[in-house]
Amino acid sequence: MKRIVLWVLSTLSTLVVLFGYHTSTSATMATTSETTISGSLSGQAATGAASTGTASGSAPPSDSSTSSDATTVTGTAAQTRYGPVQVQVEVAGSEITNVSILQYPNSDGRDIQINNYALPQLIQQTLDSQSSSVSMVSGATYTSQGYAQSLQSALDQAGL
Amino acid sequence: MTPIAQPIARRVEHVMGMPISLALRGRHAYDDMAEQAWRDALAELRWVDEVFSTWRPDSQVSRLGRGEVGLGECAPEVAEVLRLGDAARASSDGAFDVCLPGPDGVRRLDPSGVVKGWAVDRAVRPLLALPDTDVCLSAGGDMVCHVVDPAGEPWLIGIEHPLDPTRLVAQVPVHRGAVATSGAAHRGTHVVDARSGAPADALASVTVIGADLTSVDIDATTALALGLDGPHWLRSRLRTGVVVWADGRAETVA
Repeated sequence: MKRIVLWVLSTLSTLVVLFGYHTSTSATMATTSETTISGSLSGQAATGAASTGTASGSAPPSDSSTSSDATTVTGTAAQTRYGPVQVQVEVAGSEITNVSILQYPNSDGRDIQINNYALPQLIQQTLDSQSSSVSMVSGATYTSQGYAQSLQSALDQAGL
Repeated sequence: MTPIAQPIARRVEHVMGMPISLALRGRHAYDDMAEQAWRDALAELRWVDEVFSTWRPDSQVSRLGRGEVGLGECAPEVAEVLRLGDAARASSDGAFDVCLPGPDGVRRLDPSGVVKGWAVDRAVRPLLALPDTDVCLSAGGDMVCHVVDPAGEPWLIGIEHPLDPTRLVAQVPVHRGAVATSGAAHRGTHVVDARSGAPADALASVTVIGADLTSVDIDATTALALGLDGPHWLRSRLRTGVVVWADGRAETVA
């Protein structure tokens, strides 16, 4: 189990660009002293209250592999030709529950503030179940004519 | 973490033949300052339409395209937009171009692919100046989002399914940034591969999320025009977004 987790973590610097990141846990990014887990990775306990597990150096504690405990692990910054990339993952058991990007260069080479936007989540839901939580709808250019039937029209009318 | 949801003040006007939707929340969402900023934003969009519309025979861009005026006689913003178009053509190997071949094979000046995102980036400025007020300004489904408090509630943007407008294919929370979608929905196919003039139909839609609407709007249109190569092209530019293939299959790009 631990081996799997470590393998997954060790591939993250290449997968990060595929995973993207979520903003919802950004408030727990405060750092503590880091301990090396393996190779280019380092582990740290998150300071957020939600984190109960601890990843540590050469001898990870036994509770890091129990399924109910969440562990937050921060990778070292990887240099890419676009700039440094650094990720943080939350792991519950052998499952990655969240991936955050701490450093991320954009295509123009400028750093984006990591909180600015997250990776889109694919969803399979109809307007009925989703419209109440969505603020605005992005779609191929609406003409005023087609607008009457559009999602945005519904949102505007509902005043949501 | 989740604050109490604030009420959202919404406004809608139709400019440039498309709905302009504004959502505000926070201190000035409902007051006269918001109303003035909204009028300023609309005035900017109307000015852009007068100068850049290819549907108005008397616009500066229409007259420039017919050779009736030179670039030096146009507003300096016309040259700015054409420079953006040139840069986009270079980075897309010609798939994006402000001179598009028509059905008759003759190339005509049409900077529409640059103008919309660029116009909204300009129009949103008076709204962003409202103190302690979150802004989401959408022009025909392309939008600029701004949340004052970096830890505050993001704007949750739904991405419409290009083959079924009653469904969403994805959603993305945005604190500060822009979302643009290009596709065949609503207007039928209106993006062509500028290299051939052929309709771009391998992808049903491309959504790109990034720092400013000018560049994500161009990149979404470019990726759509590139068709099969579009997703790879977006990844090579480290873009974040959603691609929906012609068969309805969706994938995230990041």
